[in-house]
Amino acid sequence: MAERLLSVGLDVGTTSTQLIVSELTVENSASAFSVPQMQISQRKIRYRSPVHFTPLLRHDLVDGAALREIVSAEYEKAGIRREDVDTGAVIITGETSRKENAAAVLENLSDLAGDFVVATAGPDLESVLAAKGAGATDHSEQTGKTVLHMDIGGGTSNLALVSDGKITATGCMNVGGRLVKLDANGVITYISPVLTGLFDGAVGQPARISQLEALADTLVSALEMAAGLHQPTGLLDRLWTREAGVAWTPPAGAVTLSFSGGVADCIETDHPDLAFGDIGPFLGRAIRRSRLCAGEYRLGTETIRATVIGAGSHATQLSGSTVFYQSIRFPMKNLPVVTDMGQLARLDGPGVLALPAPNELCYGKITTLADEIAAQWPAQPVLICLEADMAKALGHALALRFGPEKPILCIDRVQLGENSYLDVGSPIDHAIPVVVKTLILHA
Amino acid sequence: MNKEELTALVAEILGQMQPQVKASDYRATQPEPQKQSPALHDGDFVPDITALDLRKLYLTDHPADKERFARMKARTPARLGSGKAGPRYKTLTMLRFRADHAAAQDAVFSEVDTEFAKKNGLLPTKTCCNSKDEYLTRPDLGRKFDQHNAKAIKGVIDTPPTVQIVIGDGLSSAAIEANAMDCYHALADGLKTRNISTGQPIFVKYCRVGAGDAVGDITGCELVAVLVGERPGLVTDKSMSIYITYRPRTGVLESSRTVISNIHAQGTPAVEAGAYAAELIEKILRKKVSGVGLHLEEAQ
Repeated sequence: MAERLLSVGLDVGTTSTQLIVSELTVENSASAFSVPQMQISQRKIRYRSPVHFTPLLRHDLVDGAALREIVSAEYEKAGIRREDVDTGAVIITGETSRKENAAAVLENLSDLAGDFVVATAGPDLESVLAAKGAGATDHSEQTGKTVLHMDIGGGTSNLALVSDGKITATGCMNVGGRLVKLDANGVITYISPVLTGLFDGAVGQPARISQLEALADTLVSALEMAAGLHQPTGLLDRLWTREAGVAWTPPAGAVTLSFSGGVADCIETDHPDLAFGDIGPFLGRAIRRSRLCAGEYRLGTETIRATVIGAGSHATQLSGSTVFYQSIRFPMKNLPVVTDMGQLARLDGPGVLALPAPNELCYGKITTLADEIAAQWPAQPVLICLEADMAKALGHALALRFGPEKPILCIDRVQLGENSYLDVGSPIDHAIPVVVKTLILHA
Repeated sequence: MNKEELTALVAEILGQMQPQVKASDYRATQPEPQKQSPALHDGDFVPDITALDLRKLYLTDHPADKERFARMKARTPARLGSGKAGPRYKTLTMLRFRADHAAAQDAVFSEVDTEFAKKNGLLPTKTCCNSKDEYLTRPDLGRKFDQHNAKAIKGVIDTPPTVQIVIGDGLSSAAIEANAMDCYHALADGLKTRNISTGQPIFVKYCRVGAGDAVGDITGCELVAVLVGERPGLVTDKSMSIYITYRPRTGVLESSRTVISNIHAQGTPAVEAGAYAAELIEKILRKKVSGVGLHLEEAQ
């Protein structure tokens, strides 16, 4: 018996805004003689919107009202209503996410897009979604190769290092096609502030081809440095975005390069210089002649839509299939994750306690843990996320201690790090759909 | 073509097909240098080959891509990548195979510790079998209790409970010693949160699944859950199952049982299986049917 979830992905990027609707099939993969094992067995894309230019009032102001209109119109074209949507993700990416009103726009859209579509942003998550959406994780899993995925968009490039199908590192750089914009006559209309000192053009002046080629080569050499194909200089540091926070170590051995994002379409296909009114075609050519394409490389199964497909099809994951809940009102959004019970008291509202797997799974351990939780948990819903397969047993033990009225949620087989947030959807059969976020913007 | 020519032609063709082998070409192959294993004496400890994790043990010589094979191998308990010595197993593979086979046989033939029932607050009982040999050769006796044992059960369970939990050795005593009590406690607490009453748990020696039906006859319980050791294999000798039967009475069809199998450390953890069984039991009590009937009910 398969169940279907309707999932929406919406990506509001520096340049483009896109929406996809996908259908996730959830099935029990276990035999009739075992405990159930629910899995997302299929991800089918039902609708892809055209690529809209992100409506901007100025260079730094997203037009919330116009964006709302785009989304409403796309829902109509896709033939879905707000109530039909089960899950998904709205993601504001690239330079747009840094803009002053991004958070407010995000909240507006989240409301429009359905009950369990989550508001989310952040370069780490964007890198993860792009790598999944472009099939880089699948490619690594199927070939066993280490893949470095680069989603090169309008304002930023999102990097993800994938080993054995798993993402081991992410990063974000200020390298993108729309850092410089040009009009139909090749006159510069915009230069991103991140290029200060790297580009000698000026707004209002006609650009020279050699000037744009030199800029593209500079930006691509920074990508080479991140890929470990070029001795790193101060340039890499300059173009690295601070939000990511985690130190990036360029891969030491040979990796397969993988590309998505709008610029990826300019790598193997040659476009006229002014086809898009930006430096995308120059960047594409620079990548093609660089060391990035000297070894093994692939274009993503999706290029410009990789991130939105990641958001629509891969943001939602399922918990283990033996979980426990009572008196919980689904969905729950933006639950902060803590790794120590003591931290719960310092939160404004409820939080999720993430616990690692014990080295031995016996019932004595579970009752001891349940006793500790019963003694120390503040007057809040009891929300616990475990790595080991023991959520139902712990849930029962907690229910005996807290009584049947206390809201308790106990899920397992979800890995949560510190500083992450969890969205929890309504149960599907035996499992619970969740979205793990690394960063949220508060309205 | 005359006879000589034909003979010459055949000789030529044969000569092309098979390289001419001359005795002088033979050279003895260089024997591989013997690996020096430490000299062992009586009373020394030898390394325990059953402690090696088979999912990590990769013995193929000169692998093309050892890391990738290892990643695939980590997902299966199958004995892959065991290499070879000529056309045969390597010594380690051979010894490990025999050790696992011996453990499987031991699990069948050994008995659950005599203190097990008492230590865990279970009522100790026995079916009509009097030895392991009789248990293995007479399945019918493993499903019955004599008057003495029936009386003992009746003595502690005088009012019919909703759920009666039975723990039986079955074909693996090792499975019961490793998993039964963790599973039992998770199951009992799960039933308690659902306000489902249970009788005093029973331990049955020489137990077949059908012994639960006899327990049903004696106690009049609405449902029996039999935690029983599975026939051991080479992957694990500690696998346990839970057989759940609604209205268990002698003569019920095997198709009326619902089973959760593969409960062991590498399969479903005992605690989670017990907790899941509690949920399943609640559903069975609500629908008043177990086994195939439950699946049919759900499919509707």
